[in-house]
Amino acid sequence: MTMQRMALFRLQRKYAPYLFVTPFIVLFLLFGVYPLIKSLVLATYITSGPKSHLFVGLENFRFLLSDPDFHKAVRNTTVFAFFSVFLQLPLSLGLALLLNRELVKGRDFFRFSFFSPHLVGQVFVAVLFSVIFIPQFGLLNRVLHAVTGLALDTKWLTNPSLVMPALILTSLWMYVGFNMIYFLAALQAVDRELYDAAQVDGASAFQQFLHVTIPGIRPVAVFVMVLSTIGSFQLFELPYVMLGNSSGPEGAGLTVVMYLYNNGFVSGDLGYASAIGWSLALGVLLISLVQMRFTGTWKREE
Amino acid sequence: MPTNSVKKQLLQVALYTALIACTIVMLTPMVWLIAASMKGPDDLFHYIFFAPRLSLHNFRQLFSDIPFLRFLMNSVFVAGTTVLVQLFFSSLGGFALAKYEFRGKKIIMIVMLATMMIPVQVLMAPLYELIYRMRLVDSYLGLIVPGAVSVFGMFLFRQSMLQIPDDLLQAGRIDGCNEFRLYWNIAIPISRPMIGAFCLISFMGSWNSFLWPQIILHTQERFTLTIGLNQMVGLYAQEYGALMAGTLLSVLPVVILFFLLQKEFISGLAAGAIKG
Repeated sequence: MTMQRMALFRLQRKYAPYLFVTPFIVLFLLFGVYPLIKSLVLATYITSGPKSHLFVGLENFRFLLSDPDFHKAVRNTTVFAFFSVFLQLPLSLGLALLLNRELVKGRDFFRFSFFSPHLVGQVFVAVLFSVIFIPQFGLLNRVLHAVTGLALDTKWLTNPSLVMPALILTSLWMYVGFNMIYFLAALQAVDRELYDAAQVDGASAFQQFLHVTIPGIRPVAVFVMVLSTIGSFQLFELPYVMLGNSSGPEGAGLTVVMYLYNNGFVSGDLGYASAIGWSLALGVLLISLVQMRFTGTWKREE
Repeated sequence: MPTNSVKKQLLQVALYTALIACTIVMLTPMVWLIAASMKGPDDLFHYIFFAPRLSLHNFRQLFSDIPFLRFLMNSVFVAGTTVLVQLFFSSLGGFALAKYEFRGKKIIMIVMLATMMIPVQVLMAPLYELIYRMRLVDSYLGLIVPGAVSVFGMFLFRQSMLQIPDDLLQAGRIDGCNEFRLYWNIAIPISRPMIGAFCLISFMGSWNSFLWPQIILHTQERFTLTIGLNQMVGLYAQEYGALMAGTLLSVLPVVILFFLLQKEFISGLAAGAIKG
């Protein structure tokens, strides 16, 4: 009896880890790995809804290369990503530097108020800002009119050249404090003794920033940059909801994911949508690799 | 020439001015949202912020003219279920990856890492086809099941459970605990901070998700808040007050959850960044 129980105990011990990962593996294979492979296959078909397929080989990708709407989507998304990295991240770092001073009282309050917009999901931010941006009565135009004299009927969401600035402004509000949290954590992890040593050597505040702070936070900075680039290239909800489920005036708010959604789930061509998806994935991967290379992430590991 | 302490004070003043200015900019849209929700239709654009008389008109309209309550309940159900399911599978799997050596472990980790680099939108078309063949289009099941696993959560739990001492687990075994009880009675209680952080991350992910529900939900009765509110923008474009009240009520649950779990969340986020 006890022998049997011992054997059973050993048996459950041996197979427990497999049992523990099984639900995860099954779901992951079914809803992660299978669709990933299937999307490669789908990308070589033209489809009309989930039922009818026509094999076209690499035709979808060739068509993408000469598709003016796709070009527009890529251009818009790239502009958005550019500003996300080169405007938003320096501001995030700036806020983190302000908060990182030891003398700041009420740091928790400031940190929360900078971070709080991130709690609002993209769709809800989009609805809120679509009203904030309306001409004549919207909050933004009223404030800008009072402060800078900007015309009250500035049409943020219907003037093609203002759509992108409006989107960048909105995402700035949403994410600047979120990224600040990462920078703040990194700044607080920099060894205090390095600053003391630099001070003894007579380094100015700016020299300390350049030679102690920047190298200290570099791994986190690269991490944040890669993450926000990937996130920016997935832009969809913000313009889609703000522009009333359209790509905006003259397609000024068309993004890659919006183009994927329109082709796959409005027109019903899941094949072309998959081709767009894979172009997005490869593009994002390539940019991430370039960023990591450029910032020397790999060199440090050698 | 200013003395050192005067210079220091000036710096303090400049610092706080900058911080307070940033705070005002960041909080103004939310304050405006609260104000706009509580203004009557005539006052909405008459006063920039709060009107002298508060009105519940917008909320009344939200619950009588629009199936807002239904959207809210749907979101609570879908997000609540998603959190529980993700939490269980991710922590159980994470426990196995952290505390056991078994065949195939390395491969699982590599495949997981590789898929984390791929934008989820790539999966949408084949996933829709799959859900269509499983006859789950326009159902809660179709909404929840593909999101039942979180690769990110699995990594998070593996990372935090690495710190559980092996001696503790061994002691449990000598006392006759089976492996599941080790997970349930030792690993889970120890991981409480990470559970708090993950609950918030997972809840926010489900609560705010739009693309997948927009793809598979067709019947208004099953709409979640994001889908319902987006539809409202189209149908009630001029009813700004009701839209703002709906937005405010949609944001509130996340804010409340954040205040309950903020300690765990901030430390979890920071730990992830430093280790990552």
